[in-house]
Amino acid sequence: MKRRDFIKKTSASTALVGITGLGLSSFTTAQTKHITILHTNDVHSYIDPFPADHPKNPNMGGVARRAALISMIRKENPNVLLLDAGDIFQGTPYFNYYGGELEYKLMNMMGYDVATIGNHDFDNGIEGLLTQLKIADFEMVSANYDVRNTALHGHVKPYTIKKVDGVKIGIFGLGVELQGLVDKKNCKETVYLDPVEIATDMAHELRHNQKCDLVICLSHLGFSYKDEKDKICDILLAQKTKDIDLIIGGHTHTFLDKPVVETNSEGKKVLINQVGCYGLNLGRIDFYLTDSQLTSEGAAIVVG
Amino acid sequence: MVNLKKYPLVWKYFVLFLTFTAVTSCQKHFSPSRIEGKKIPITASQEMDSTVDRVIQPYRAHIEKELSEILAYNPETLDKSKGKWQTNIGNFMADVTLERTNRVLKLRNLPLAQVCILNHGGIRSILPKGNVTTRSAYEIMPFENSAVVIALKGTQLVEMANYIVSEKKPHPLAGLTFTIRQNEATQIKIQGQPLDEKMTYFVATSDYLSNGGDNMSFFKKGLETIDVDYKIRNILIDYFKETDTVRVKNDIRINQE
Repeated sequence: MKRRDFIKKTSASTALVGITGLGLSSFTTAQTKHITILHTNDVHSYIDPFPADHPKNPNMGGVARRAALISMIRKENPNVLLLDAGDIFQGTPYFNYYGGELEYKLMNMMGYDVATIGNHDFDNGIEGLLTQLKIADFEMVSANYDVRNTALHGHVKPYTIKKVDGVKIGIFGLGVELQGLVDKKNCKETVYLDPVEIATDMAHELRHNQKCDLVICLSHLGFSYKDEKDKICDILLAQKTKDIDLIIGGHTHTFLDKPVVETNSEGKKVLINQVGCYGLNLGRIDFYLTDSQLTSEGAAIVVG
Repeated sequence: MVNLKKYPLVWKYFVLFLTFTAVTSCQKHFSPSRIEGKKIPITASQEMDSTVDRVIQPYRAHIEKELSEILAYNPETLDKSKGKWQTNIGNFMADVTLERTNRVLKLRNLPLAQVCILNHGGIRSILPKGNVTTRSAYEIMPFENSAVVIALKGTQLVEMANYIVSEKKPHPLAGLTFTIRQNEATQIKIQGQPLDEKMTYFVATSDYLSNGGDNMSFFKKGLETIDVDYKIRNILIDYFKETDTVRVKNDIRINQE
């Protein structure tokens, strides 16, 4: 009870300071915001559920089911951001026949907000990706693929900022090294830039210049590489950077049972999540936020 | 001179400015106090969104129709698990890839490939006895790999033969024969002619293998690469479309003494 009184008093006095003499009184007392982040990665054109006799994933996945699940969550909390960490394309005849048109159309229907570019999203070349991006209602972000000298220029941006229920959320994208993975004739003049350097700049820009409340990295770098300890991955990215709250990963088709908590370069917690592949799972992260001036350092993290 | 008449306007802007400042300073900043995270499996118990399913339906029906189209008849099951050094499906794939790659090279007035090597692991399904459909080609070759031709010195073909011996896998092979003697490839012949180590040969393979996939490091010493720009799956589909009954050559390509 005492704490409550204190909060009320503080916010009342802050309010007074802010509006001196102007009589504008739109300030409210401490409120909690609830933002739900839903995400997928490496869906690879899997639109239909797996067949019932499939040895590994019988009767799992399917876009029509995912769409219903997302609608259900939106009813429970309308403040949703729906994200994808890349490799939307390639894996079923839907892609071979229609080049990703249906994948994007369905993502529009589900209300995807932002996605990043995976290596397989180049499988029909720059032109193939551009054709589909023109029908996308969601934004494509990639900060370390420099596409200025390609036809994608103007269709892919380094980051985007979304305001959800008054909470400012910055989202930037990172892609995996193209050399040896993507045929030059497909990615053309796309230049791969160092993910750690770019992430450092992006996180600083979003957190300090753009004053975002949450900073999310959509990464197609891969979760971690056992045999190549120095190869950049989400774990190393989290450790080597700061000002990122959440990394949503892809590429390695890693099925994390629950998000992993890492410590960043200034000792703060970063969440990393990746939900396997083929639309078998939907990832869900719920952020409960309070007025910065009233929150003590660090959040309680409940995963699993 | 200061125009006094303008004062009210300036004053108006000043009030606007103050209001704006007050409103923006009202912009709250939030920090997470609690974060929860989990994975939600999408299972059969999850209901379907029927609107979304209706959008998928025509695409699904079209693909289903296309994939089910009967292209040819296959009189015997082709299976990669039967055979120590070669398999019927391996011979079939290497022969068809070599033949159809050469059709493209001929059209482009390029030197023809004499040899084809693919990888055992890249054959993803059997070709069952009976009707062959487009789906069969997708099942055997779900990947997007394309044919390429690499110019190799005869010495690299010796390496290739010894690679097969050491890997002990029936990699699909065409145009090259040899005999294994004491774990070594001997009597290597290209298109029936003894191999000349100094000569340059053209080898058809997949882009995956030419880039060092499956440890086929001899391709890294390639002198030249010709992009055939022909997906291996499409090579199979085009062969089936042109063929009434699938015929496989079961001649011995690798002989063990």
